[in-house]
This record gives sequence, C-alpha cells and structure tokens, in this order.
Amino acid sequence: MAKLITQISETFKKQYANVAQRIIICGGTGCIASDSHGVYEAFKEEYRKRGLEHCVEITSACREKSTYISKSGCQGFCAQGPLVSVGDIFYTKVKVADVAEIIDKTVLKGEVIDRLLYVNPVDGVHCKTLDDIPFYKKQHRILLADCGKINPEDINEYIGRGGYHGLAKALEIGPEAVIEEMKISGLRGRGGGGFPVWLKWNLTRKPKSKEKYMICNGDEGDPGAYMDRSLLEGNPHSVVEGMIIAGFTIGASKGLFYIRAEYPLAIERIQKAINDCYKKGLLGKNILGSGFNYDLEIRYGAGAFVCGEETALIASVEGKRGTPRPKPPFPATKGLWDKPSSINNVETLANVPYIMTQGGKWYASMGSGKSTGTKVFAMTGKVKNTGLIEVPMGITIKEVAYDIGGGPLKGDHVKAVQTGGPSGGVIVPQYFDMPITYESLQEIGSIMGSGGLIVMDETDCMVDIAKFYLEFCVDESCGKCAPCRIGGYQMLSILEKITNGTSEPADLEKLHDIASAMQKASLCALGQTAPNPVLSTLKFFKDEYEAHVNGKCCPTGKCSKLINYSINDKCIGCGACKRACPVNAISGEPRTKHLIDQKKCIKCGQCFAACKFNAVVKG
Amino acid sequence: MTQENLATKMDVNAIIEKWKNVSGSLVMMLHSVQDQYGYVPRELAMEIAQKANIPLARIYEVLTFYHFFKLTPPAKYQVAVCTGTACYLKGAPDLLKEIENVIGIKEGEHSLDGKYSVNSVRCIGCCGLAPVVSVNGKIYGQVKPADIKSILRESTKGEEHHG
Repeated sequence: MAKLITQISETFKKQYANVAQRIIICGGTGCIASDSHGVYEAFKEEYRKRGLEHCVEITSACREKSTYISKSGCQGFCAQGPLVSVGDIFYTKVKVADVAEIIDKTVLKGEVIDRLLYVNPVDGVHCKTLDDIPFYKKQHRILLADCGKINPEDINEYIGRGGYHGLAKALEIGPEAVIEEMKISGLRGRGGGGFPVWLKWNLTRKPKSKEKYMICNGDEGDPGAYMDRSLLEGNPHSVVEGMIIAGFTIGASKGLFYIRAEYPLAIERIQKAINDCYKKGLLGKNILGSGFNYDLEIRYGAGAFVCGEETALIASVEGKRGTPRPKPPFPATKGLWDKPSSINNVETLANVPYIMTQGGKWYASMGSGKSTGTKVFAMTGKVKNTGLIEVPMGITIKEVAYDIGGGPLKGDHVKAVQTGGPSGGVIVPQYFDMPITYESLQEIGSIMGSGGLIVMDETDCMVDIAKFYLEFCVDESCGKCAPCRIGGYQMLSILEKITNGTSEPADLEKLHDIASAMQKASLCALGQTAPNPVLSTLKFFKDEYEAHVNGKCCPTGKCSKLINYSINDKCIGCGACKRACPVNAISGEPRTKHLIDQKKCIKCGQCFAACKFNAVVKG
Repeated sequence: MTQENLATKMDVNAIIEKWKNVSGSLVMMLHSVQDQYGYVPRELAMEIAQKANIPLARIYEVLTFYHFFKLTPPAKYQVAVCTGTACYLKGAPDLLKEIENVIGIKEGEHSLDGKYSVNSVRCIGCCGLAPVVSVNGKIYGQVKPADIKSILRESTKGEEHHG
C-alpha cells in the first residue's frame, strides 16, 4: 500500500534535488494583508527579467541549479509580515521595493541585508535566522513546523516530506491498531473539551451502520484565535490526512469539512488538497488498494459561534438553523442524519498523521500528566511578540508570555492572561508558574479552550473585559434555552450598570446567582461556560468590581462613564481642549487656566487627546 | 425581460440544480447566491423556495439565524472594523468611533446614498495585525485612528472625499 506513496515521494525528492536555493514568501492571510502577494509577483518578475533560472512549482521541468520561488502558509509571525526567507536567512516586513536588492545581495552574493532582519525588541539584537529569534527558539513546533516551509498547494511536496505515510500505515495495520496507537498517544480534543480522541473514535466505530460520518470542525469562532485558519491554510494536507485516517478508523463512508465562510483562503486550499487527493487515489474508491472507499466534501459555516458545539454543527451541516439539542444521544450513536458520527477539531486531526508515523509513545513523551503532546496558541494582546505559537503541554504562562512573547508591551508586568475566549477565564500572576494542562486550567476557573491566549496589562479594565466576552455570548446565544438566553442578557445588563455607575452593592451577589443557574441549566456548552469570564474576573479582581460599584470609579480609566476629566495647573490656556470639545463644556480666557463644566461634559475624551501639556487629567 | 434579469435567472437555476438533490444543502445554496449578488434578494429566496421545494419560512429561518447572510444590497464601500478580542484590546472601539465620525453614519447603518456601510465584525483571524479594518475585504493592519482618513481615501479613489 505504501508503494504508491513511496514512489511519489522518491520522484519529488529527485526533482527537488535540482533546486539550489529556495525563496519562501509567506502567503497567510496576515501577510497577504501586508501585500505579500505583490512581493511574490515581484520576485517572479525580477527573475524573469534577469533571465535567472527559476521555477514556481516542483515538476520534471525544473532545471538544475534553479531557484524555487514558493509561497507558504501562515508562519504565525503576522505582525512582522510580509515574511520572506532565502535559505536560512529570514527577512521581515519586506516590501516590493526590497526585492531587487534581496536578489542582488542575498540570493546572488549570500550577503545579509541588516535592515530587513528582525530586531529583538528585548535586547535590540538583529536575528539572522528563524532559530535566532526568541519567539521561535523556545517553541516546540510539530504541527507548525511545516507551515511556513512547504508549499501548501503542492501535494507532492507534502508526500515528499513524509506525508500520507501515516495513512498508508493506518490502512495496513487496521482500525483497531490505530485506536490502540491513539490511546497510547493520549491525544485529547484540541477544540476545548479535551475528550480523549481514541475513546470518541471507538464509540463511533462500535455501532453497526452502513453510513457513518466523519466531520472536521473548522468553525473557529473564538474571537482572537486563528490556529485552525493557519493550519488549514498552511498545511492543508495534514488535516486532510487526519480526516482520512479518522474516517477509516471509525468506518465512515464520507467525511465533511465544516469551515467558516469568513476563511475563504482556507476553503480554497482545502478544496485544492481534496481535489489533488482524488487525482492521486488517496480519496474515492479503493484508497491505495485497501478496499476502503471514502469521500470528502466541504460545507461552509455562516457566522454562528454556537455551531462550534457538536449538535449545533450537525444541524448546520443538515442545512438548518444551528441550534444544539440535548445530549445523550451523543453524535457517536446519533449524529449527522441520525447516523453515528465523530466530530474532531482541525488541530486535533492535524496531529493524527504525526502520531501514526512517529508512534503514540513518541507523542506521549511530550507534555505533562494526562495532557500530552503540544498545543498551538494564538498569542495576542499587550505583549511584544504576538503570533501563533506551538508549545509542549505543561509549559508555564511565564515561559509563554515572557520568554516567547517578550513580556508586556508597556510597563513591566502582565496583569493577567486570558485563555479559552468567551468560555474561559483569566490567569493571574500568582499562577504564572503553574504548568498549563487541561486540568490545571480548569482548577483555577479557566479552560484550555481552542487556543486563544490574550495578554492583558495594567491599562485593561477587568470588568470591561468580562462585559466584552459576555456581550459576545449574548449576541451568539441561539435562544433555544432560557437560562442562556435570559440569564446572559440579565448578567450583561448588570455589568452595564456597573460600568456606567448605576449599580448597587447587591448586584455582585446577583451576578453569582444568575451565573450558577446558567452553568447548571443551560442546554449546551455555550450557555454553561458563558459566565466563566465574569466569575473568573470576579474571583481574582473583586477589588476592581468593588471600585466600580461602591466607589463609582474605574481604576484603569477604561469605563468612560466613570471617568471625570479635569484640568490641572499645567494648563497654559492654549485653547486646544476648548476647540476640541463637541459640547462646549470647557471655558476659560486665552492664556489662563481653563475649566471643564462637569454637568455638560459627555466624557468623550477629546480634550484629553487634544492637550499637549498633560494638563487634562482622568480621574 | 431585460438582459440583466435573464442572467440572474440562469445563475439561480444553475445554483438550484447543483444543490437540489444534495440533502441539507440549503445553507450552501444561500452561500452561492450571496457570493454572486452580495446579498440574498427576496425574489431569489422565493425562487429557491419554489424550485427546490423548501418552504419560504424555512429559508428565512436559516437566513436570519446566521450573521453571515445579508438581506439588503451591500454598499459600494463596505467598511468593517474587527472587534475580536485582540483588536478590541488594541483600540478597535476608537477606530469605530473615528470611522463613524468621518463617514457620518453609525455602526450597522448604510449612508443615504448607498455608498458606505459601517460594521463591526467578528474576528477575521488577523489578530497578529490588530487592530484591523477592512474595506471591501481588503485588510488594513495595525491601524490608528489617525490613519482612517487616508485608508478611506485610498480605498475610495475617484470619489469625493470625506474630511
């Protein structure tokens, strides 16, 4: 069975041997937004103009000593894009105008252009290669290793680098052995729940049914997270291979990708990957001569966060409103079209091929306790280096936020780190040395979630953050069950009162009561976990809530209704604030100290922004 | 029937034909329609109802449930501010305020001449570039309120300018 795969792999390697040098231009959504496409075209044009030997795909037409100009998927360092690497040398923020110089100096002479290197904001050191950059150095990249290196649109390269060997192995050893290997690996669902993958597959495998379905959940709805997008865009074949192995294991006849319509590039790349698989006989009838028949199709999500929940996702794939239903029966017995179905998240599936080729034992050797392997996080917020990171389970927040993230953007300490998005909670500095595992996060009132990791600093108001997440959940509640629909709304109106200064001391108690009702009585995980951000911030930042409620003041100055603007003695009477004020609340003669009429003031902050002498103060 | 209408009819027929016999394909049909027209016009929803034999109520049940589907024609320039967590923390609300000021309409509104719409959107997955603004799908990253005017000027070249 592995013969065909080996053949393709050998052919690719032979053709690739002609490549003397490779230029990789990041083609992820982030870099495209910074015009990486223009840079890619400029490289091609420049090579063509100069008559230099080059190719843009690996085929038998690649001549000896040519340069391979290729695009890659998201490399996770989006803030520094467009990213270009020439061999080992890694350039950031490359513009079309830099292309000719890169060819002149780096490609032809091997010189490094200092100006385009990444400068470590911590110590000012210029980093020549990817491995010199602390952001990458401290990561442990398995899933992301090939994102950024391979051409995501070339199935041959994926195979040439060891891809689909895992599938061949799975087909050879059979479903039971696959499940055994998955059990040894200890892989758990990366979508948030952390349910053991082998168990889910086993439960779906058991019922006898002619039709079974394998579904990939690519409805990444957590605001502030983009791990799945990057994997789908950057290494689509790893997810497709995972889907085929999973389908084979549970005995499915068909697999469906459910991907957000907001990710057009991810959809395009997966579609191309599926088409190429059909051409190579990796999908369709009698895959690799094993007798296994399997088809893959894509369905689009349509912007509903609740569709990340299994039963809601199934309803959506069936073309209905995406509302959840009570469980049991679980999808493993009654899923899509009432047939046994298994639903796994993108990152989970991308792990599968690596486990198949390198073994469950290898996988289990990484991580901590019952949380094995690595986890991809999208680190964003108030940290120096933002981007996609892959770290072994059991790493600490300190290592993530300070060693990889480079510490807080401003000031010297991180106030809190939020994980799990709208279903998660905050991690405060006292827990920064705690190893991150599914269990440890749950213990302190957060969750692993799908991988959003938001760093917050002293200027972020915790009540405001809780309100932000709750607003999201209220908006996304499908409305089917009352605890989530009504409870969320009531909690939000209390938070609104707190942030606009009309709350009473009893409100904090009420928040607790409603939250616990929602947790216990909501139909699905959306409602059950929606109170988490509020409860977690209430637990760790009670003083901040109390300042809002009792003192009617916001310590960070974020809640505009609770701020009073005033003018101090630094005022030189330039009149800038007076001109900026939209409601004429500021009075004063030129060159004398001005005054804000608090009754007229609408707290818009325009005077604060207009003053060049730090004379307008918030308080 | 005008030329334009004819083209419309044929396209919808093709979409219905493609998906009619695939079970659970209503969402995909609506995606295809929106992809071509920028929104789902009522006439086309009625046509799908008739030809694919799906009650109109079910079609609207689905259309109104999902945020992605639009029931009104899109403005010529669709300005969107990402309000995912990363963008929110890095100042998306200020950007929205500035855009509202410059264009003179509120979030969720269309300008009277149909030229502009302003929306806040869910995470578009460019968190590394936060805060992010998009105009007709083109993404601008690491935007400051002061950049808004030039972004609008760049993306609406040839139109009369605001501010």
